[in-house]
Amino acid sequence: MDISIRQVARSFGAVDALRGIDLDIASGELLALLGPSGSGKTTLLRAIAGLEPIDQGRVLFGAIDATRLSVQERQVGFVFQHYALFKHMSVLDNVTFGLRMRRRATRPPRAEIRRRGLELLELVQLPGIAERYPNQLSGGQRQRVALARALAIEPSVLLLDEPFGALDAKVRKELRVWLRQLHDDTGYTTIFVTHDQEEALELADRVVVMNAGAIEQVDTPAKIAQQPKTPFVAEFIERRAAAAAT
Amino acid sequence: MSTAILPSAAAAEMSATAPLTLPNPARSVRGVLPGFGLSLGFALSYLSLLVLIPLAALFLRAAGLGIEGIWHELTSARVLHALGLSFGGALAAAAINTVFGALIAWTFVRYDFAGKKLFHAMIDLPFALPTAVAGIALTALYSEHGWLGAPLAQFGIHVAYTPLGIIVAMVFISLPFVVRTLEPVLEEAEQQLEEAAATLGATRRQTITYVIFPTVAPALLTGAALAFARAVGEYGSIIFIAGNLQNVSEIAPLLIMIRLDEFNYGGATAIAAAMLVISFAILFGINLLQAWSRRHA
Amino acid sequence: MHEPASVRRYDNALIEPAPVRWLLIVVTLAFLAVFLLLPLVTVFVQALRNGVSTYFSALTDADTLASIRLTLVTAAIAVPLNTMFGIAAAWAIAKFEFRGKTLLPPLIDLPFSVSPVIAGMVFVLLFGSRGWFGPWLSEHDVKVIFALPGIVLATTFVTFPFVARELIPLMQAQGTEEEQAAMTLGAGGLRTFWHVTMPNIRWGLLYGVLLCNARAMGEFGAVSVVSGHIRGMTNTMPLQVEAMYNDPGEYSAAFAVSSLLALLGFVTLALKNFLEWRHGSELAALRGRG
Repeated sequence: MDISIRQVARSFGAVDALRGIDLDIASGELLALLGPSGSGKTTLLRAIAGLEPIDQGRVLFGAIDATRLSVQERQVGFVFQHYALFKHMSVLDNVTFGLRMRRRATRPPRAEIRRRGLELLELVQLPGIAERYPNQLSGGQRQRVALARALAIEPSVLLLDEPFGALDAKVRKELRVWLRQLHDDTGYTTIFVTHDQEEALELADRVVVMNAGAIEQVDTPAKIAQQPKTPFVAEFIERRAAAAAT
Repeated sequence: MSTAILPSAAAAEMSATAPLTLPNPARSVRGVLPGFGLSLGFALSYLSLLVLIPLAALFLRAAGLGIEGIWHELTSARVLHALGLSFGGALAAAAINTVFGALIAWTFVRYDFAGKKLFHAMIDLPFALPTAVAGIALTALYSEHGWLGAPLAQFGIHVAYTPLGIIVAMVFISLPFVVRTLEPVLEEAEQQLEEAAATLGATRRQTITYVIFPTVAPALLTGAALAFARAVGEYGSIIFIAGNLQNVSEIAPLLIMIRLDEFNYGGATAIAAAMLVISFAILFGINLLQAWSRRHA
Repeated sequence: MHEPASVRRYDNALIEPAPVRWLLIVVTLAFLAVFLLLPLVTVFVQALRNGVSTYFSALTDADTLASIRLTLVTAAIAVPLNTMFGIAAAWAIAKFEFRGKTLLPPLIDLPFSVSPVIAGMVFVLLFGSRGWFGPWLSEHDVKVIFALPGIVLATTFVTFPFVARELIPLMQAQGTEEEQAAMTLGAGGLRTFWHVTMPNIRWGLLYGVLLCNARAMGEFGAVSVVSGHIRGMTNTMPLQVEAMYNDPGEYSAAFAVSSLLALLGFVTLALKNFLEWRHGSELAALRGRG
């Protein structure tokens, strides 16, 4: 599904979190929103999901004006930095939650739901943990369960908010590779937020560099690294590269 | 998270209603800081003299009746009725307070409205108000000529001097337990869980039922248990509004009092021991239930 | 292209619809008003029913004054005793390791699980005329039950846990490092306690004392069992309220004395809220959720 952001703006009191953002995202693309904290990247992601209201502008899912739709209606798969797994439910119940909450008319039969859940756990390479509980899993496992849960509803777009931020460096690197593979296999339009330029440049088809609520540059990772368009981008990439090297 | 062996009944009337627990072991080595012997010695002596020995005396006295004696005392119609009224009424009051306490806690935690701070402070009133004062105030309110009693009488509902009045008094006295136990848990509930549920397509009602409620259910149960335990033993706020007619509206604590007046110490201790044992058993059971429900925390 | 955003209603997503919210607010306020506010208002209305002068004469009546004095004396004994216990127990539990330590808090909580009538009864069993020590006491002409000592004992029992359960988690959370530092700097035990520990626990201590006092002054059931209900001698204020209430001619006088106790309740609530607001971070009560 193509996503279009048209002149989206949002302020929190005196602070402009988003200033007139225009962005087109192609169907099946893996896009990174990169920037320091306060740049508005998470606000933009949440606005696409409908978790954050916007003051101006529109969000389009394909031809549909999603701005009019509630969170539930938008069918976005959202993965939180701290997983937000339902602790009192088993892994399988977590993954199948979206399917189980559907209205009777659109809800698949129970056996089918179970089957899909198990299938997804296979997809995220966690077979056999269906009956475990989140508190028995490692951070990396939890994040993959959160991803499976988001995928279960066959979302129009997959949104990830600093998905590996809470994990240690080694796990982060492994999951990065794995996520790219998953995206290539499933083909979902995916947008993820990160402040880690290495992650963004390594993973994404295109990178959106943001600063103080506005977009500085939208380009492929290669062009961002070699042809920064603004001083901020140049400095950001360089500074982060230097920090990553230490 | 450790739990007390016996969760306290009227636990900290005005402070956090969690039972006393010991979360962090002291890092000191015994002997580095002074005063261990003195403080522990004093504390243990005081505890024994004031609490443990008197309570032991109670059970010894009851045991002195022998099993048959106790059985005889407890199975008299009057005693059974009084126990049933105290425990049954407390159960009803706890149930009412669970429902309304949950609504009230939710409203205060989630919404803003005029007078919120004032009403919020008021919730602790039953903790702060002496029970006798509550007792006569409730009676004045619900008697035939009272502000609430009069209109209710029109509908044929009589509160004062009936078991219904007992339940009303119990609701008054135990409401804060549910609200105060639930509030911190609701405050800490992660917003992201609700957001996650919404992105997955759950309606607000589904989110509340399947995500929020299971998270706060243990706290709700604790609050209900504390409310129950308090209401069972309550005396002052109830005896004025209850009719105190034996086999009709006589609560167990009153019956104990009557037995004492008759110098029937055996009878009094039998009832008291029965009350304590049943209360402890129920609270212990709830404690187990909570530990079980926390297995996935 | 600039377009105004459509009116987004987020009601469905993350918050209940407005009618539901309003219903909950109304139900909450109504429930609280009926069950909590009305009884409180009733106390004052009934107290002033027969006019202000009758109100004051009820308060200055000799028996009433005696009951006020007895209440104050009882609290003046019970509260400091329980405070000392609370400090001692908290010090032992929070600053040291010893076997059986985890047993102490539940034992300290015991009085909360006991009906006030039972609390009074245990002392009758011990010191009443037919109690264990009854004969010995009457031999030596010492009155415990039906006299001040009995009332103090019953009140102390009932208010036993308040200070301790406030201080124990608080001192636990504060650890022992500051005290250890003080000792390395040469301070002795008592000085360490006074200059290092006390300042850290003073708001929690005050909070616990506040609750202990409120309960001590307002206790009815336990005192009712051990008191002789003799006006002017063994009636605390709550008992005096009961006595007046049962006397048809003194109905509003009962409420007059009740209004004093209600004022005590107010002050307690106000101070409690103030302490929570101002010193919330230093109060165990707001930490350690079960």
